[in-house]
Amino acid sequence: MLAKRIIPCLDCDFGVPGGRVVKGIEFKQIRYAGIPWDLAAEYDEQGADELVFLDITASHERRETMAHVIEKTASNVFMPLTVGGGIHRLEDARRAFNAGADKVSVNTAALKNSKLVNDIARRFGSQACMVAIDAKRRYVRSEDAAREIIETKEGKCWFECSFYGGRKFTGVDALKWAIEVEERGAGEIMLTSMDRDGTKDGFDLELTSAICDRVNIPVIASGGCGLPEHIKDVFKFTDASAALAASIFHYKEYTIREVKQYLKANGIHVR
Amino acid sequence: MIAIIDYGMGNLFSIYNGLKRVYDRPMLITVDNITDIASAEGVIVPGVGAFDDCIRNLKPFSEALIEVVGSDVPVLWICIGMQILFDASEEGNEKGWGLIPGDVVRLPANVRVPHMGWNNLHLQRHSELLDGITDADYFYFVHSYYCVPSDDDNTVATVEYGVELAAVVSKDNVYGVQFHPEKSSKKGLHVLSNFVGVCK
Repeated sequence: MLAKRIIPCLDCDFGVPGGRVVKGIEFKQIRYAGIPWDLAAEYDEQGADELVFLDITASHERRETMAHVIEKTASNVFMPLTVGGGIHRLEDARRAFNAGADKVSVNTAALKNSKLVNDIARRFGSQACMVAIDAKRRYVRSEDAAREIIETKEGKCWFECSFYGGRKFTGVDALKWAIEVEERGAGEIMLTSMDRDGTKDGFDLELTSAICDRVNIPVIASGGCGLPEHIKDVFKFTDASAALAASIFHYKEYTIREVKQYLKANGIHVR
Repeated sequence: MIAIIDYGMGNLFSIYNGLKRVYDRPMLITVDNITDIASAEGVIVPGVGAFDDCIRNLKPFSEALIEVVGSDVPVLWICIGMQILFDASEEGNEKGWGLIPGDVVRLPANVRVPHMGWNNLHLQRHSELLDGITDADYFYFVHSYYCVPSDDDNTVATVEYGVELAAVVSKDNVYGVQFHPEKSSKKGLHVLSNFVGVCK
């Protein structure tokens, strides 16, 4: 039986020599967490199912550092690796794959040029093409035919895609965008709730369910994980295939092994 | 020497490094050094991507590979590499290699596609490739189509995802794995190590 995946996310600052892992709080404040490949090896030991490296400071000079970090990790850790942040062109994707990445994750560049999703999927395969969607709730009073309105406990809302690491908003409806990227060949969606990211209040279950209901590709839930219980809930109440978390693992609040033991004890199928 | 065929389909970095963990003489084989394949004690055909691309990109290697298969040297075909062992695929128009009778079909509509993540095997018969592996061991899968061998005897292990599908096949010196051993952490390296054992 296919296991639910637990994915630690390494938010990396490649602007320092060798790169380092940091964690943003609500996409703004940044704390230091460790050397990327050391953390990667530790997570492998603990039973992580995959790793995501997010370059939160993506710029041209730093791509070499990213390639170095992925190479160092991939030569030592044998599990799927995803690189996100700073993938703007097919060439950036190629560089990540050559360094040993298995998937790239695109957000900003895909929202600016949606054909990039087709191009990555066609050249490297759908399985290598992950689209990251950073979605924020926009509460509404009345129905809006142009939006997919969801009834939530807090009221009716639609979900707006953000880009540039949460600094700008697009006006794009996240639920519609999810359907579009699947049609364009994306093999997986990494869905982050901007309302929950960094809060440790738990995943946005309503957002996650709404996206899972609309696509047939795997969805990784992200944003808001502060307790093992939050991961249990996202698997119990939504059809998410994986849960992504950063700070609860980085700061050793819980090990992945502890989280998996807890999930098993609560009837969630994990490796 | 164990040869890894470098035909532009997939993550060679990982399979090379993975094999290197359990074996000291992996060698990448391209069209430029293809004659070296004659001295290989085993061959690995890795693979990520689409059926037709895989068939087309392997064409420059086909003569040498067919000779290897005919010479009883073990050959391990990974993921899409395993799929091209069969006669045909719903994914493409190219003819498969037909080394194992059967077809490749699309995953059923009641599951998310691709089948992506860690899944456990159901062992069907003994094979040295899976020595020390049990039904409780998980491997990393990522695929949208699956192999349907027409002869059950060729199925070594299955995996459940919407249907019970072939995860490991073998026929004589030909071995196919639908999962990625190079992405399956310790258990994956264990399978690669078993393959090295088969080669010696």
